[in-house]
Amino acid sequence: MHYGGKIITGLVIFLGLVSMPFWFNIGGSYEEPKVELPKNAKVCVAPTQDMRTNHMKLLDEWRDMALREGKRTYISAKGDKYTISLQNTCMQCHTSKEQFCDKCHVDASVTPYCWDCHVPPKEAK
Amino acid sequence: MKQSRRNFLKFAGLSAAGLCIAPTAVMASGGSSGGAQYEVNSNHLQAKRWAMVVDTRKLNTEEAIEALAETCHHIHNVPSIDSNQDIKWLWSGTYGEVFPEQENNFPSEAQEKRRFPLLCNHCEHPSCVRVCPTKATFVRPDGIVAMDYHRCIGCRYCMAACPYGSRSFNFMDPRPHLDMDNINKKFPTRMRGVVEKCNFCVERLAVGEMPACAEESGGAIVFGDLQDPDSNVRKALRENFTIRRKPAAGTEPGVYYII
Ligand code: SF4
Ligand code: SF4
Ligand code: SF4
Repeated sequence: MHYGGKIITGLVIFLGLVSMPFWFNIGGSYEEPKVELPKNAKVCVAPTQDMRTNHMKLLDEWRDMALREGKRTYISAKGDKYTISLQNTCMQCHTSKEQFCDKCHVDASVTPYCWDCHVPPKEAK
Repeated sequence: MKQSRRNFLKFAGLSAAGLCIAPTAVMASGGSSGGAQYEVNSNHLQAKRWAMVVDTRKLNTEEAIEALAETCHHIHNVPSIDSNQDIKWLWSGTYGEVFPEQENNFPSEAQEKRRFPLLCNHCEHPSCVRVCPTKATFVRPDGIVAMDYHRCIGCRYCMAACPYGSRSFNFMDPRPHLDMDNINKKFPTRMRGVVEKCNFCVERLAVGEMPACAEESGGAIVFGDLQDPDSNVRKALRENFTIRRKPAAGTEPGVYYII
């Protein structure tokens, strides 16, 4: 081990740099974003926990069903019927994109491009 | 224990097989819609093959066609951009532009003056669908050639393939060219980089309404099922001489013109 010392020092510095994000985050706490729940509706198309984890999958399924299969009516597990539409159904209850969608998306740094086409409800200024 | 090469290969094979099966198993068991179902709207209009017959004896002026286009473009949030990057779903042309192969050297005065409405023909053998690499444009079972803007990658093969110039490309974000306070809130806009065209008003058929241009044309445009011998389009075709655009292209358009 001719250059042993240098190699090991180098390795330590390298590992330190690579793991920097972890050191910075130690001790920080994550607070769940506070989304604004609809005032005019009590039930969603699926249970809250299901929507929280799977809403993107549901929306993906919805767009294929409505556009490609032509099936525009959704019958929930409870048996209620809904018109498949992000703009016309989801956003009738969740009337604020800023107070609902954006809250989590901003925190999680995801920027879905739904709103490039679908028109969000007007935000009250 | 010493790993033999044979054992290692067996194990590797099994894991690979597992990797292949796992995603399908997960999809089959999970999914967001535990117990949920999908169906077509109860009031939606159905046909085996939607088609349109345009009576150009009744509908042939620039103004009349422009009025229909305005309605169509308003309900579908089609922007009007004052350049060669404009988007169009319904527009008009002269006889020579519409039927280039059937042009005569000494046309009648009436024919020379007339304008003809143009839109996507929702062809039976659409070349646009054949070339689309993502299947963003596809034929529905009822014959409508539809666009799934979610999947369009903007390669514009379909525009090169369509013999009728029925498609427009969004070179820029269309929203600055729309009056966002007066758009149709029920219908989305498009984003930069996708192709669009007339959709035979699928969203209206889905709720039991006829295409807007047919409804507003005062009878000059009839819309119905081509496969049903008793339908209004078959009646119009039986009783009148009709032609279609560019028959040599072989796409079998679903829009017929009474001349
Ligand atoms: S008119 Fe053009 S865009 Fe429309 S279906 Fe035919 S080939 Fe496709
Ligand atoms: S531009 Fe879009 S619709 Fe046209 S061929 Fe490419 S992916 Fe398909
Ligand atoms: S059928 Fe509908 S989308 Fe097509 S031109 Fe007429 S109004 Fe527009």
